[in-house]
Amino acid sequence: MADTASKTDPLTPVLTKRWLSPKSWRLATYEQLEGYTAIRKALRMTPEEIVELVKEAGLRGRGGAGFPAGVKWSFMPQNEDKPHYLVINADEGEPGTCKDVPLMMADPHSLIEGCIIASYAMRAHRCFIYVRGEALHCIRRLNSAIREAYAAGYLGKNILDSGFDLDITVHAGAGAYICGEETALLDSLEGRRGQPRLKPPFPAAAGLYAKPTTVNNVETIATVPYIINGGADWFRSMGTEKSPGPKIYSISGHVERPGQYEAPLGTTLRQLLEMAGGMKDGIPLKFWTPGGSSTPLLTAAHLDVPLDFEGAAEAGSMLGTTAVMVFNETVSVPWAVMKWTKFYEHESCGKCTPCREGTYWLAQILERLVEGRGTEEDIETMLDVCDNILGRSFCALGDGAVSPIQSGIKYFRDEFVALCEANKRELVGASA
Amino acid sequence: MTQAPETVFGDDIVAKAQELKGRYPESRSALLPMLHLVQSVQGYVSREGIAFCAEQLGLTEAEVSAVATFYTMYKRRPCGEHLVSVCTNTLCAAMGGDAIYKKLSEHLGVGHEETAGEPGEPGSITLEHAECLAACDLAPVIQVNYEYFDKQTVESAVELVDKLRNGERPKPTRGAELTDFKTAELQLAGFFPEDEERFAADVDGPSAAEETLRGAALAQERGWIAPPMPEEGSRG
Repeated sequence: MADTASKTDPLTPVLTKRWLSPKSWRLATYEQLEGYTAIRKALRMTPEEIVELVKEAGLRGRGGAGFPAGVKWSFMPQNEDKPHYLVINADEGEPGTCKDVPLMMADPHSLIEGCIIASYAMRAHRCFIYVRGEALHCIRRLNSAIREAYAAGYLGKNILDSGFDLDITVHAGAGAYICGEETALLDSLEGRRGQPRLKPPFPAAAGLYAKPTTVNNVETIATVPYIINGGADWFRSMGTEKSPGPKIYSISGHVERPGQYEAPLGTTLRQLLEMAGGMKDGIPLKFWTPGGSSTPLLTAAHLDVPLDFEGAAEAGSMLGTTAVMVFNETVSVPWAVMKWTKFYEHESCGKCTPCREGTYWLAQILERLVEGRGTEEDIETMLDVCDNILGRSFCALGDGAVSPIQSGIKYFRDEFVALCEANKRELVGASA
Repeated sequence: MTQAPETVFGDDIVAKAQELKGRYPESRSALLPMLHLVQSVQGYVSREGIAFCAEQLGLTEAEVSAVATFYTMYKRRPCGEHLVSVCTNTLCAAMGGDAIYKKLSEHLGVGHEETAGEPGEPGSITLEHAECLAACDLAPVIQVNYEYFDKQTVESAVELVDKLRNGERPKPTRGAELTDFKTAELQLAGFFPEDEERFAADVDGPSAAEETLRGAALAQERGWIAPPMPEEGSRG
């Protein structure tokens, strides 16, 4: 962490820099500000060289899991017996997460340029951008940007006389959090219910239409043009050894100046809070998430945890999507946990029993508890149910669903117990 | 009461459905946009809408129903002229979203996915509580026909729906000029204004909220930058 702080400025605008320009979403603006220079370089490289460069840069997936992007790309077969697909996961829906929507609104061409480079590197000639349906303005901006890119020869046949062809289609989702899970997204893109698939086979072997497919997050792909232009060493001059590069931290909740702050990976909440003007009205911090509601809650004791993949994990949480939701002392933890649990219950796709049934009963217990009708036994029951969901569900939605409950009870058990205490007196007839 | 699909969906919609099929290597992928398309005609996914999609894609009605019922944005009952979605996920709720939803529900006299006024008639509003709308730095947020109305209060939300009921079209904080639910659904199906100027006006609708730009603006103010990229050719 100290390394990071000393070697770069506190904020390192790379992806967000262009956002300040008027009509930043237009091709003319993008081209004026180094746009579409990276594809000219990339199309002179071999696909293998690009994959190698992205590996060397150490770019890790920005959608939550942090899997090395270059390694993921290298799983794609090198022959072209079957069509290859690149699918962009723009189904941003993890509670607290709000980085891809502003990115697609402000700078859709950076995503498109990244798509061209990534498709070329993986020998894909079709790319789909799966955008959540509620993000209508992003869908509009992307469609318009794609129209501009075709007209300028950046998309279509024989891009910039390179012999490489690529078509991009924007696909609107229809309101289902589970479609952010990559295999559920593929099922949804195939026109089915968005339910996750058993892995293996992984998408690189059998993805969209059972063809070799890579699914990457918006921010991950929008980062690629900068790596092509700046190189691996430049990219690694930001962030930490294992989590290099800049990252958009989305700060929301009880802070003075919520917003998007692009800083090197490994930045701490203390540093972020300073930039965001501190806690709103000076009311002290109570709990926060490093990367969305599926990443276990942290407390004021974790202000100096470096927010990179390793640091967040060491602190018992996960980096997730760097959706930093900040809650002050006025917010009840059991209430917050109940709200999140109702979200997971609603969004559970129903395919596997632990998640479908588990989230249903957890929501019921939490609602009862928050209404003051719970007993202390309920706390143990919930932890037991969580144990039966974590690691036993079909996909990561189940694991995410237990995060707020387990971490909430771990750090704020007293609050859960207090809700039951009142009820206990009633049970023994004290109120009679 | 179910009508034959061809009486509801005219030749133009059939043409659009065909175009959607052509956008994908396998036609079934057109189902999600096609459900948005039928919703743009009727303001919901009706039995006829399901039959229409099934017929266009060579699927059974059961297969289409299974998909339509899976996704929150496909409405099974006719919607109002406008769809008002209030985020009540934890963060927005804590910042006032729960209070906003409660007030709107009382004010309009409707619950979740219910419509105030006659569905489809001018000024009618379908209310819903929504999950995280990916605008948490602008909490609490509301969407009208999927355009963002950021940083709402109970008062501003009431004012917003009152204007909608009066036939006004308040400007969203981020998004295009407000139209109606059906028009938004047509865009979600992937059909944008054919007139370039009109499309440009939609596309250029505001997006750069102060919050969105805060990090970049702070960096500019303080002179903070990312390390400069090496000069061409000097890279190791």
